[in-house]
Amino acid sequence: MVASRAIGSLRRFTASRTLRCPGYTCRNFSASSALLTRTHINYGVKGDVAVVRINSPNSKVNTLSRELQSEFIEVMNEIWANDQIRSAVLISSKPGCFIAGADINMLASCKSAEEVTQLSQEGQRMFEKLEKSTKPIVAAISGSCLGGGLELAISCQYRIATKDRKTVLGTPEVLLGILPGAGGTQRLPKMVGVPAAFDMMLTGRNIRADRAKKMGLVDQLVEPLGPGLKPSEERTIEYLEEVAVTFAKELSDKKISLKRDKGLVEKLTSYAMSIPFVRQQIYKKVEEKVRKQTKGLYPAPLKIIDAVKTGIEQGNDAGYVSESQKFGELAMTKESKALMGLYHGQVLCKKNKFGTPQKDVKHLAILGAGLMGAGIAQVSVDKGIKTILKDATLAGLDRGQQQVFKGLNDKVKKKALTSFERDSIFSNLTGQLDYQGFEKADMVIEAVFEDLNVKHRVLKEVEAVVPDHCVFASNTSALPIRQIASVSKRPEKVIGMHYFSPVDKMQLLEIITTEKTSKDTTASVVAVGLKQGKVIIVVKDGPGFYTTRCLAPMMSEVLRILQEGVDPKKVDSLTTSFGFPVGAATLVDEVGVDVAKHVAEDLGKAFGERFESGSVELLKQMVARGFLGRKSGKGFYIYQEGVKNKSLNSDMDGILASLKVPPKSDVCSDEDLQYRLVTRFVNEAIMCLQEGILATPTEGDIGAVFGLGFPPCLGGPFRYVDLYGAQKIVDRLRKYEAAYGKPFTPCQLLIDHANSPNKKFYQ
Amino acid sequence: MTSILTYTLKNLPSTSKWALRFSLRPLSCSSQLRAAPAAQTKSKKTLAKPNIRNIVVVEGVRIPFLQSGTSYKELMPHDLARAALLGLLHRTNVPKDVVDYIILGTVIQEVKTSNVAREAALGAGFSDKTPAHTVTMACISANQAMTTGVGLIASGQCDVVVAGGVELMSDIPIRHSRKMRKMLLDLNKAKTLGQRLSLISKFRLNFLSPELPAVAEFSTSETMGHSADRLAAAFAVSRLDQDEYALRSHSLAKKAQDEGLLSDVVPFKVPGKDTVTKDNGIRPSSLEQMAKLKPAFIKPYGTVTAANSSFLTDGASAMLIMAEEKALAMGYKPKAYLRDFVYVSQDPKDQLLLGPTYATPKVLERAGLTMTDIDAFEFHEAFSGQILANFKAMDSDWFAQNYMGRKTKVGSPPLEKFNNWGGSLSLGHPFGATGCRLVMAAANRLRKEGGQYGLVAACAAGGQGHAMIVEAYPK
Repeated sequence: MVASRAIGSLRRFTASRTLRCPGYTCRNFSASSALLTRTHINYGVKGDVAVVRINSPNSKVNTLSRELQSEFIEVMNEIWANDQIRSAVLISSKPGCFIAGADINMLASCKSAEEVTQLSQEGQRMFEKLEKSTKPIVAAISGSCLGGGLELAISCQYRIATKDRKTVLGTPEVLLGILPGAGGTQRLPKMVGVPAAFDMMLTGRNIRADRAKKMGLVDQLVEPLGPGLKPSEERTIEYLEEVAVTFAKELSDKKISLKRDKGLVEKLTSYAMSIPFVRQQIYKKVEEKVRKQTKGLYPAPLKIIDAVKTGIEQGNDAGYVSESQKFGELAMTKESKALMGLYHGQVLCKKNKFGTPQKDVKHLAILGAGLMGAGIAQVSVDKGIKTILKDATLAGLDRGQQQVFKGLNDKVKKKALTSFERDSIFSNLTGQLDYQGFEKADMVIEAVFEDLNVKHRVLKEVEAVVPDHCVFASNTSALPIRQIASVSKRPEKVIGMHYFSPVDKMQLLEIITTEKTSKDTTASVVAVGLKQGKVIIVVKDGPGFYTTRCLAPMMSEVLRILQEGVDPKKVDSLTTSFGFPVGAATLVDEVGVDVAKHVAEDLGKAFGERFESGSVELLKQMVARGFLGRKSGKGFYIYQEGVKNKSLNSDMDGILASLKVPPKSDVCSDEDLQYRLVTRFVNEAIMCLQEGILATPTEGDIGAVFGLGFPPCLGGPFRYVDLYGAQKIVDRLRKYEAAYGKPFTPCQLLIDHANSPNKKFYQ
Repeated sequence: MTSILTYTLKNLPSTSKWALRFSLRPLSCSSQLRAAPAAQTKSKKTLAKPNIRNIVVVEGVRIPFLQSGTSYKELMPHDLARAALLGLLHRTNVPKDVVDYIILGTVIQEVKTSNVAREAALGAGFSDKTPAHTVTMACISANQAMTTGVGLIASGQCDVVVAGGVELMSDIPIRHSRKMRKMLLDLNKAKTLGQRLSLISKFRLNFLSPELPAVAEFSTSETMGHSADRLAAAFAVSRLDQDEYALRSHSLAKKAQDEGLLSDVVPFKVPGKDTVTKDNGIRPSSLEQMAKLKPAFIKPYGTVTAANSSFLTDGASAMLIMAEEKALAMGYKPKAYLRDFVYVSQDPKDQLLLGPTYATPKVLERAGLTMTDIDAFEFHEAFSGQILANFKAMDSDWFAQNYMGRKTKVGSPPLEKFNNWGGSLSLGHPFGATGCRLVMAAANRLRKEGGQYGLVAACAAGGQGHAMIVEAYPK
C-alpha cells in the first residue's frame, strides 16, 4: 500500500523537480569573488528591511546546493551585522519555485554516512541561526517550497504564501527513502502538532497554501494577481514582496505578534500531547500503521518516527543528533538509492526525446467508451483537448460519459476543482455514435475490444474519414501493432498507446512503435501523453511489448504455484510482502481472467516453451465458469459491492484440485516461491533490453514500477540487478532451472553481467 | 467649488501625486468653463447617421438613492420602480397611452415580481395594453434596458419607450436549502398520510439552513470586492490613492447636491414615512478617518475598504426615450441624443471590473471620436480601486497591446471632466438602476457645463462592460 502510495506521491512531486536541472554550470567560485559576484542570492534594502532574493542561475528551480547555502550564510551574516537593517524578507525571483529542496546530486556524491550526517549538521546549524535571529525574518513563498526549502521556511519567524496551485509545501524526503535532515523532524511537530507533522513527513504529501494556512504552517496568504501593467506572474511576486516587507516592518516594530490564535481543536490536541501516555500511544499507533503498510521494506518512515520521538522526549539537542545520524544512515541504504533512481528515471520519462511534433493535437477522437476509452477521455479533456468519445451503442456511451463526469466530480468533492471548472472541462467532451467531426481529428485512439478483426474494421472505417495528418493509435495490451497496421493505407501513422487501468490513476503510458512508424507520429503521441500527465516509455513492437511480456511469465508462474496447492491468499501475501502493491492472484482478478487467458495464449504461441509453466487450462476453466475476476463478481475471490474483506471463491477448489501438480519440495519454501516469481519477471525484462524492445534500462525500470507495481524499494528490475548483484539472481535462476527447465534459463545479457561484476545497467 | 477644493487640499499630504493633479484642477476647470461657449460655437460634427432614426432622451428621473436598510426598507422593488415611473410621468406629462413599450433592469430578482417592469407599470397606471419586460445584466442592467429601447426605436418597432431600472437591497430573496425545497415539493405531491409521514421523517435539522443569494461571481466563486482589491494591487493602486479618489467623489457629490445640480432626483413620499428628497449616502469624511478603516475583503493587508467602495443601495430610475421626430411632433425639447454604444466582455477572474477600459476605445472608434472630443465622462464607480485601475489600464500601451489587441493606449480621461457631480461611490449604486443615472448625469452636465459629447461607461459582474456616447441636443 505504501508502495503504491509512494508511487502516487512521486508523481506529484516530479512536477516540482527537486532535481537540479542539467546545464547547471556556475560552481566553485572562490569565496572572495563570491562577494562580488553572488550567483544564487542577492539582496537589496527597502527602508530598514533587507529583501533577500534567491535565484539560481540557468535553472527553473532553486535547490539548496552547497554554493547557495554558503552565499546565503554570507548574506545573512551581513544582514545581522548591519545596524540599519531591522528585519528581512526571503523571496525567490523564480515564479513557481521558492526552493524545491536540497540538491539530490549533493547527497549522491557523498561516499559515506558520516559525510551525509555532516551535511545535515551544517543545515541544522544554519537554520538554527535563522530561528534564533533577533531580526525577524519573513519567508515569502511563491511556488514549490519542498524538503529543505520548507525546513528553511519554518526556521523563519513568519511565512507568507501565494495562494495558487503552484504553491505547495511539503516534505517529500520519505519518497526518496530519506528524512527531513535540516531540523525538519524537530521543528515541524512543534509548528503543526505531532499528528499533522507525522502525516506530512510519512506520506510526503504536498500541501496547498490555503490548507497550510489552516494548519498553521503559513501565517498569511497572498492572492495571485491578474495582469496589470506587467504580466501577472511578475506582478504577483512583486506584490508578495511588498506585502512581506510590510509585515517584516510591523514585526520589527512589534505591531503584530508572532503568537497564532489556535482553534479549539488545536488547543485540545496540544493539551493531549502534553500527556506522556498519550504521546506514547500515538508513537505506537503510527509505528504499527507504518509497519503494516511498509511491511518492513522501507526503513525511512520508522527512522522519521524515531527522530521525532527523540526530539520530543529527550530535547532538541538529542533530536538534532538523532536526525542527522539517521539522515546519514538512510542516504546510504539500497532503498534510498532505488527510490532516487526512480526519481531520476521519472524526470527522464517526462521529456519528449522525439522533438516537437509538426502539428499540435487539438482535436482527439477516442473509439470505445469502455473503462479505458473513458479513462483516456478524462485525462484529455481536463488538459483542454477537444475530445470526441465514440461508442457503438448508446448504453456504452452513457456509461463512458458518466465515468468521465464522475472522475471530474470526485475532484470537485475534494475541492481540487470548482463545479464551474468541472462543467467547462466537461464541455470539451462530445459523446457520439457516428464519425461526425472526425474530419477535424488530429489523432484517433482506439480502445475497442481486443480482437484483431474488430481493430482492423475500425482502422479502415477511421481511415475513410480522417484527414491525412491524423495519427491512429491503438490502445492494446498485447496485439502486435504491426499486425493491426497491416490493413492501414498509411502505416507510418499507426502506433500503439498502451494505457494502464485505471487511466486517471496509473501514471505509465507505454508507446509502441513499429519499424514503419514515422518519427513525427511518435513525437506526436509522446506529446499527447505528456500533456495527459503520463510518464512515458517508448518500446519496439513485439508480442506483449515490454510490460505485458514481463508480467506474463510471472503470471504463468503464479498459476503453477496455485496448481501446486498454494492458496490464492498465500500467493497474495507472498507477493505483497516482497513489495508488490497488489497481490499476484488479486492482480489476475483485477486485470480480468479472460484478458489474462488471451494474453497467456497469444504469448504462449509466440514464445513457446519458455512461457510455459502453469497451465492455461486453469484460466480456460475459470472463463468457462464465468469467473472473470472483479468485473463479474467472482474470480479467485468473491467481490461484493460494499464488502471490504473479500473471501476466497470456494467454487475454485474443484478446478484447482483437478489441475493439481505435485510441488517440488526443494523449491517451495516461501522465499523460493517469491523468487520464482520475481526472477522470471527480471529475466524477461533484461531479455527485452537484450532484444532491443527496450531502448534503455531506465525505461525498463519505470515501466515495471509505474505500470506493473514492481516493488519501488527495489527500484525496478535493472536497478535491482545492479544493487543486489547479477550473480545472485543467476544462481537463483539456475536452481529453479534445474527443477523446471527452460522458463528459468537466464538470458545472455544477465549472464554477461554476472560474469563481469563491474558491468552495471546504471553507470 | 473652491471651498471644496481647498478643503480637500488641506487634507492631502503634500507629497502625493494626487495632490498635484488635484491642484491643477481649478486652473483647467476654469479654463474649461471659459472655453465652453467656444466649444459650442465650434459645433463639432453630429453623429447622426443616414437612414437611421435619431433617438433622443426626453427626460430621465430617479427617486433618491438610499443606503439599503433605511427609508425604503419596508417596500418592495416594484414600489420603487413605480415611484420612478410616476415621477417621470409627472415631469414629462407624457400621455400614458403614447408609450409603446416599457423596459426595466434589475439584478437581484424579487421572486414574486420577477417581471418587475410589468408590475410597476400597471401600478403606475400605464395602459394595460403597454407591454413591459425586465432585463438583467448585472450592474449594466439599466444600460441594457435603454439600449434595448434604442434598438426597438431604431428598427421602427416603437416610437416611444420608457426604460429604467430598480434595485432593492434592503430585502433579498433568501431561500430554503435545496433539500428542504425538495421535501416541500415532494410533500405537495404526496397523496396519502403515510407518504407524507415518511417524507417528514426524512427531515433533518440542517435542512433549515438558509441559502443566501450569492454575493460571489458564479464562475470564479470570488466576491467582487475581493476581485477589486486584487485588481487594485495588480495595477499598484495604493490605499491612499483610493481613499483620495473616494473623498473626491463624495466631495463633488455633496457640492452637486448643495448646488441643486442633481435635477434628475424626484421626491418620493414613502408610505408611512416622510417624503424622501435627497440621496443619503453622500458623506464626505477626512482622509485620516478613512485611513483608520480596516480592509473589507483581503484581510489584513488589502486596500479596499467600506469607505472606498460603493455601498448597498435602494433606488430606481426611469427615462423617456423617443424617436426624434416623434418627440418634436409632441412638442418636447429633448435633452440628448443616444448615439453609438458597445457591450464588451472579458476574463471574469482577473479583469472582472475592467469593462470601461475595453469599451471606451471601441465606442469612440465606432463613433469616429477621440478622447479629446468628449466633454463629460460619466463612469460607474464600483470601487475607487476599480476606477483608478481602469485609468492605469487605459493609459498603458503594454496593456492595450497584450490584452486588447490594440496598437496603442486610448489614454485615461482627464479628471476635470470626470464624474464631476459625484458617482456611484457617493450617490449610491442600486445595481439595476445606475445606468440611467449615468446617462442623465452626462446629459445634464452637457447642458449645464456646455460641450457636445458625453461618454458613459460601466463595468459589470460576469466580466462585462458597456459604453455609450451621449450627444447634447442643440439648445
